[in-house]
Parts: sequence; C-alpha cells; structure tokens
Amino acid sequence: MEKKPIINLKDISLSFDGEKVLEGLNLSICDGEFVTLLGPSGCGKTTTLRIIGGFLTPDSGDVFFGANRVNDLPPYKRPVNTIFQRYALFPHLNVYDNVAFGMRVQKKKKAEIAKTVERMLEMVNLKGFEKRTVSTLSGGQQQRVAIARALANDPKVLLLDEPLAALDLKLRKDMQNELKNMQKSLGITFIYVTHDQEEALSMSDTVVVMDGGEIQQIGSPLDIYNEPVNAFVADFIGESNILDGVMLSDYKVKFFGRVFDCLDAGFEKDEPVDVVIRPEDINIVPAGNGLTGTVTSVTFKGVHYETIVDFYGFKWLIQTTEYHPVGEVIGIVLDPDDIHIMHKSRYSGMFGDYSSYSEEFDEMNDPTIDLVDDEADAAGEAD
Amino acid sequence: MMKARGAAAPFAVWMAIFTVIPLGVVVYYAFTNADGAFTFENILSIREYAGSLLRSFWIGLLSTFICLLLAYPLAFSISRSKGRVQQTMVMLIMMPMWMNFLLRTYAWQSLLENNGFINQFLGWFGIPPIQMINTTGAVILGMVYNFLPFMILPLYSVMVKIDKSVIEAAQDLGSNTMQVFSRVILPLSVPGIISGITMVFIPIISTFAITQILGGSLINMIGDNIEMKFFGTAPDYNVGSALALLLMVMLLISMGIMNHFDKNGEEVGA
Repeated sequence: MEKKPIINLKDISLSFDGEKVLEGLNLSICDGEFVTLLGPSGCGKTTTLRIIGGFLTPDSGDVFFGANRVNDLPPYKRPVNTIFQRYALFPHLNVYDNVAFGMRVQKKKKAEIAKTVERMLEMVNLKGFEKRTVSTLSGGQQQRVAIARALANDPKVLLLDEPLAALDLKLRKDMQNELKNMQKSLGITFIYVTHDQEEALSMSDTVVVMDGGEIQQIGSPLDIYNEPVNAFVADFIGESNILDGVMLSDYKVKFFGRVFDCLDAGFEKDEPVDVVIRPEDINIVPAGNGLTGTVTSVTFKGVHYETIVDFYGFKWLIQTTEYHPVGEVIGIVLDPDDIHIMHKSRYSGMFGDYSSYSEEFDEMNDPTIDLVDDEADAAGEAD
Repeated sequence: MMKARGAAAPFAVWMAIFTVIPLGVVVYYAFTNADGAFTFENILSIREYAGSLLRSFWIGLLSTFICLLLAYPLAFSISRSKGRVQQTMVMLIMMPMWMNFLLRTYAWQSLLENNGFINQFLGWFGIPPIQMINTTGAVILGMVYNFLPFMILPLYSVMVKIDKSVIEAAQDLGSNTMQVFSRVILPLSVPGIISGITMVFIPIISTFAITQILGGSLINMIGDNIEMKFFGTAPDYNVGSALALLLMVMLLISMGIMNHFDKNGEEVGA
C-alpha cells in the first residue's frame, strides 16, 4: 500500500538562547505510520514533537500538514493531539470530564459526547471510572485517561512524548503492546518520542534516530539495527564493537591486520571505515582458530553471559550462552554477515570500545538516565 | 498521638486566655445592661447602626471586588514569568507591607487633601482643586491600596502551581485563549480567589482607622462605631459588645458561604 505523506518538516532549525537545538531537520511522515523519534536527552526529539504540535515555532524552515503550511497555526487549530510526558490531566475534572474536554470545546452534542467517552473508556479498559477524580488513579490509569482524552478528539495524528517513561517495566511492556494494537486498529499516525531503543524497535514502523539536533538515520527497526549508518547509531541501538578498518575493495575489509570477507560494497578503494560487529553475532571457537584473545571479565545476564575479551589490547563485548572463565584464551570466527561496514563520521572513535566497560560506568555515562526531563524543560522555557 | 496533643497544650492555654475568655466577656457585655442584669436591649439597639453596617458591607464588597480585578491578571502574569522576575515582583508587592499601614494611609491623606500634593500639582495647570479626601472613593482607594497584597499573594501561590502542561493540554484539545482561561485556569484558581477574598473582605469590614483618616467623620463604618463605643467620648461597652458580636456572626456567615464555594470546587477537582 503506497502511503501519502501527512506531515512534512522542511529544513527546520531552532535555537534557544543562541544554542542550536535543531539544525536543518527534514522529515516526512506517512499517513497511518508509527514513527518513533529516538535519541538521548537533548537530541531535539521532544522539540521536534512540540513543533509538530504547535507549541514551538521554528526559527527557519516550514511545517506542512498535507499541502498546508502550518508554521503559524496555533495548537488548538491543528488536527493533532498530544499525550504529554506527565499526562497533564485536568486536576479539577473527573475522568469523564477529562475525556469529554475536547469535544465540549468543539461544542459537540451531549449525547454524542457521552457515546464517545463511553467508547474511549471501554477501549482503554477504564469503564466504571467515569466519576473518579484523576488524583485517585494510578500512573497507568492516568496514562489511559490521557490516551482516551487525546483519541476522543479523533485526531489524524497522535503525538506521544515519552508516554511510558514514568511507568514501571512490566506496565510499560503491556502498554507498548496496547499502544501498538490501538495504532493498528485505529489506523491513525503515531509520532512517538522515546529514549528507550528497545521500545522504539519493538513498536515502530519507522525509527528516526536523532542526536545533536540532527537526524542520524531514518529506517525500519531492522534496518536501523542491522545497517547503522554511523558509530552513534550503532552504539545507541544495542551494543556494538566498533573497530577501525580499511575497505580494500568491494566485499573485502581489513582490520587487526587481517582481511575479512563482508557483504558491503560501494566504498572507495582503501577508504578508512568503521567496522561494526554485534556482540551476539560472534562465534567463540577453541583458541588457535581465527582471532585469539583472553577473557577479562564475565557477567551473567540471564539469557546470556556478557564476556569481555581482550584482542591485542582492544576489548570486545561478546554475548554468548556458553561460560568462558576469566583468563581463558579463546578464538573467534566472524562470518561475512556478522560484519557491517560504515563510513567514517564525527562519531568515529567515540563508541564501541569496551576497554573501560562496566555496568556502573555505563550508567554513569548514560545521558538518557535521569535527564529525561531536561529537554522538555528547556523546550518549555523557550516559548 | 498523645504526645502530639501534649505539644499543643501551651497553645490551648494561650487560646483559652486570649481568645475564649475575651469572647465570653464580649458575650456577657452584649447581653447585660450597665447594672449587669440580663437584657436584649443592646442587641435590639443595633437597628440604629443598620446604615453603618450596610455601608461597611458595601464598601467591603466593592473594595474586595476591585482588589480581585486588579490582582487576578497581575498574579497570573507573575506566575507565568521566569523565576527571577517572579521573585522580584513578589518582593515589590510585599515591600509596602514593611511599613506600618497607618503611615501609608496618612501618606495617602496628605496626597488627597484639598491642599494636598495632587491638588497642588493640578493647580500648576490651572485646574481647580478636586474634593478627594473625605469621600467614599478615598476610603475605597485606601482599602484597595492596603489590602491588595493580601489578594495577590494567595492568588499567585495557587496559580504558580498550575502545571504549564495542563494549559498546553487544553490548547492541544482545541481551546483558544478564552477557553483555556474559562475552562482550566479560572477553575484551578478558585481556591486562591476564595482565600484572597477572605483575607481582604474580613479585615476591610472591621477596619476603622482607614475610614477615619481618609473619610473624615463623614463616612463611618461599623468598625468606627465599635471603636467609638469603647474609646469615644460616650463609651458604652454593652452596645459596643453587641455590635462586635453581630459583626462576628456576620463574618462567620460570610466565611461559611465562601467555604461552601471552595468545597464545591474541591468536589469537582480534588
């Protein structure tokens, strides 16, 4: 089914207090698509969403809904509805009145409002909660009210700003499925902002990876994972070992002084490249075969062991179901489809070496933890 | 639990000595004559002060209403401005309160007098003096000036708690500026309006100094009458107590009505 674009962002730039938040952003979103804007805190994903919602006006560039330029259209005139990060339910209204809010503003008939509210509350499994005040609801229930309230307006596009960030893991997984199912059955466009790569991969039709106010890559979850365009994407979406290599010719790449077969072509002869090897693609074999290295740390993760292996001073992360104790000398074999080649970028050398890797270190340096709100606040300050 | 009650004991004693006993004395005086015999005469004599009482309520209502009109938009714009600006504005509003309100009222007196600053200023342009002092207008001006901060601060403290995202949600759901105000901001600021009105209306009703300084002898409010009965040339503690009791009952009724509105607001929101 060929889908037509419903929202077009053309060359959008925006700065707050002289600090560039978005730069030259181009994005086309198709009707009925589930699009996720994914990136670390401060990457501009929430800002992009707020521009689509009408809460921010770009410094330059155009926002199109269909064929109409809507740069100056205020939020209340846009055919989109938003699910806010902390739900933003009206504290002075009960569940029914919250869901009915949009329809009352539009002066719909009472009977019609009642019917829609009932249908919406049924959809989000909150039948019988009509008279409850919102402060007596749990986080998950408030989230459902927010969804019902937004969808009751029958929007063409639903904007979701980290809607599940405040929920616990189990509830988050359930809501991911529910949202995905809702989107499928309603057939409306979802634009979803998150910093959680797993969420993005499991829910989206299209993932837009952002960093530093720019789009790094747009593609299906599979493309993004298997064919990352640069070291940032490779590292942000899952774990990656990223090495310096040289592309000798099509399908031939050299790293660690050896030549490997690969599936990539179209690079210049002897072009320096980044080589990505996913930790779960690596096959461990007895020492003496292939590359040889020493295990320096093992962490049991349930499904697999995270094994750090030192190859000639460069440490790799290998995920394996077999246990190899620290100090063991092992060999690894790489198949051509385990190797993915990327052009050099400004992110080269910043990611993909597990020399200093430890859980704590990773969390300390993970910009997405505990900083989720900063971007939203910054965006709020500006208007 | 018992410990917490024990900690309240000094306050209970304080309340007994300085609130309950004096109230009892007021009630005693209100229902006795000069000889200490029980009588309804004082209560019945209140009829003579009906005009003054009515004027008090009228001036109180009008001044409170003007305060609300001035304070509401101001409080809202302060609550929506940046942290630094907010602090400065709140500071500026509090600042006049550092000076005694009698002094501030006397300052207005010298501004408004027939040969006061304003009339002198107008005189330079050949404008004849305007009667400003000793008018109801001057009294209301004094009331509004003195009690405005008590309206702004409770409004501000409620409004600053209105989450910005709630306003955005209302816009997102199709509300224009007027609808955002009437459907979200106004209902959410009702508790501030209620406490603002309470904090302004009640002291205005019972005040006496402002009327005397800015209204002269022409405008008397119930507070002035009560003061006269105790400290005037012909003191009558019994009638004075009856008037004070009456005022108290009427204020209690007003507060009751007010709280009823507040509860309604809470029932919807809470």
